[in-house]
Amino acid sequence: MAEILKNGQVHSDNWQVLHLEADTDPAAQTVAPGQWLVPFNVWVAQRDAFKTRAGEIGVWLSATDDLNAVAAEFAAWPLVAIDFPKFTDGRGYSIAWRLRNHHKYTGELRAIGNVLVDQLFFMLRVGFDTLALDPKVSTEIALKHLTPFPDTYQGSTDNPEPLFRQVDRVLGGARS
Amino acid sequence: MYRYDDYDRALVKARVDQFRDQTARWQAGELGDEEFRPLRLQNGLYMQRHAPMLRIAVPYAMISAAQLRVLAAIAREEDKGYAHFTTRHNLQYNWIPMARVPEVLARLAEVEMHAIQTSGNCIRNVTSDQFSGIAPDEVVDTRPLAEIIRQWSTFHPEFAFLPRKFKIAVHGAERDRAVVQVHDIGLHLYRDDKGEVLARVWVGGGLGRTPILGEIIHEGLPWRHLLSYMEAIIRVYNLEGRRDNPYKARIKILVKALGIEEFRRKVDAEWASLKDGPATITDAELARVSAYFTAPAYAQLPDTDADYEARLASDKAFARWVQQNVHAHRVPGYRAVTLSLKAKGQAPGDITDTQMDAVADLADAYSFGELRSSHEQNLVLSDVELRKLPELFDKAKALKLASSTVGLLTDIICCPGGDFCDLANAKSIPIAKAIMERFDDLDYLHDIGELDLNISGCMNACGHHHVGHIGVLGVDKNDEEWYQVTIGGRQGNDTRLGKVIGPSFAAADMPDVVTKLLETYVSLREPEERFVETVVRVGLDPFKLSVYGESARDRANKKKEAENG
Repeated sequence: MAEILKNGQVHSDNWQVLHLEADTDPAAQTVAPGQWLVPFNVWVAQRDAFKTRAGEIGVWLSATDDLNAVAAEFAAWPLVAIDFPKFTDGRGYSIAWRLRNHHKYTGELRAIGNVLVDQLFFMLRVGFDTLALDPKVSTEIALKHLTPFPDTYQGSTDNPEPLFRQVDRVLGGARS
Repeated sequence: MYRYDDYDRALVKARVDQFRDQTARWQAGELGDEEFRPLRLQNGLYMQRHAPMLRIAVPYAMISAAQLRVLAAIAREEDKGYAHFTTRHNLQYNWIPMARVPEVLARLAEVEMHAIQTSGNCIRNVTSDQFSGIAPDEVVDTRPLAEIIRQWSTFHPEFAFLPRKFKIAVHGAERDRAVVQVHDIGLHLYRDDKGEVLARVWVGGGLGRTPILGEIIHEGLPWRHLLSYMEAIIRVYNLEGRRDNPYKARIKILVKALGIEEFRRKVDAEWASLKDGPATITDAELARVSAYFTAPAYAQLPDTDADYEARLASDKAFARWVQQNVHAHRVPGYRAVTLSLKAKGQAPGDITDTQMDAVADLADAYSFGELRSSHEQNLVLSDVELRKLPELFDKAKALKLASSTVGLLTDIICCPGGDFCDLANAKSIPIAKAIMERFDDLDYLHDIGELDLNISGCMNACGHHHVGHIGVLGVDKNDEEWYQVTIGGRQGNDTRLGKVIGPSFAAADMPDVVTKLLETYVSLREPEERFVETVVRVGLDPFKLSVYGESARDRANKKKEAENG
């Protein structure tokens, strides 16, 4: 049982992340019973077999996975995760944005990997709704740092409207 | 200039609070050095050779007298009494202790300044023309759109961890003074025949280890689409730019690898769903921001003045200063004045706290309380009455800010180099100082005429050496500092990269090398021909011969002697 952050609270969660074993053909990778986030290439290789495990198989994406060919099938996934191999690798933000805005994925989108405190605000903005913190991060500290800024100048997935469309910024005027 | 409203103020204050908290967590060991690093960088804080370096943003070159006084006070009270203007309008402190930085940022926030995104792999401070709003050749005042870009890029959630830094420059005049072609995105704003503002968009320019001039990715982009179009460019870059090697991570490498056609195709595909979406800039927003950049209350003045003319005729030093440091203004009776930060013996771009205070007073007295910082590392009083130029000259001279050398050989662009910077391979300031020492004869400098000499202490090219008419690059060879020389580079509408003239030199040889280059120019130049034009016309060979000729001959002779036994 792992803890994740969702809607500003800690939730328990049974999803486990499956990594492709070394030298294993994605088609031959075994997936034990239970709720599993499988690598994209495993899902592609075994997608028909997974149809019998509805609600149990989610997909985790790395930056190099090409989603375009399977965009129509996202809706069936109960959970998509995007892996941050290192917190300084910012591709996950744009992948999440595209998944939400181009591919119109509306299900749960989870950040996994090197998910640290000071990037959570950005992750929530681009379209993640659940955050699986890096094990070394304190959940308590993370919860205090979800919204460091009161407003946002530019639009993103959470609110596509830039500040200038959200509020009337009268010249030199006070906050409305 | 732009003034913060409650929203801007709250965001910058939140940033100060955030960084104070991050610093505290780092000090408490809750944040490791590696995790803290990009956070401090995105607040302009580097770990340097001797102490941290803090880089303060001066967005698109605009700074007020009140802001400059606070910068002076910080230099005096938190640093060692000086600061350094960079080649991207910004100001750097070198000696502020790490633990004091949150307090310094809080103090800056009170005068609507910050260090947000002045470093790190994110969208950096947007740069522009130091003569925006006043240049006679200006077609579009870039400042409102530059401010809109500043806000859009601030805390952009998707683009805080790009493969590498990302620099945007914008100009709107007939002559490009912002070197837009050496930026990740360069924007040239102009008007169509109906007066609508359009942008020519350059992408993939940059200096550094692999200098590349940008290519045009879009011609005639209406201003309202600027943000959505740049979002498309940067998303493609964020996803596809290389992350395996920091030297290959700038967008220029991606654009070169894909080719501009393919890169454009990807950007257009991305932009298709963004165009006309919520990021589209509204008329109301442009009008709101433009209202901050209205002209000051200019007096109705003739474009001449008897006392000014008399001084011009009688005082050669004043006449020289006017010729080099005073610039045309679109309003009759007004001029822009460059206060030179290139006095002999001074590190280019450095300014003391007392000078900053004095310049703030000058700005209040002569220029509506506003000034600009130029990418050539000087300060500009943008709106000075012609008739006040003589008294301003006297005051600036007393402050050692009136070197009549703007645009000349000793108006050197120079990075902090190995004296301060951790990245540097070699010192750059001593080279600049030695050249300034050698060439201190104003008659000679004026005879040589317009010449950009740019010095960088390493491949990162903060001193823009590639676009100097003479460029000097510090290199490390077996732990010794050597200097490679390029000539023929230039900025402006016809931006070119200089060419290396040959093997590098020891520091002590550099003034001689420059002397030989200048002698060659003087012997070959045609009337009214600038140094760089002579280089273009005659090529590198005569310069190489004058610089290397003797030593090459000596080597050849020695070899001969050895062979003859």
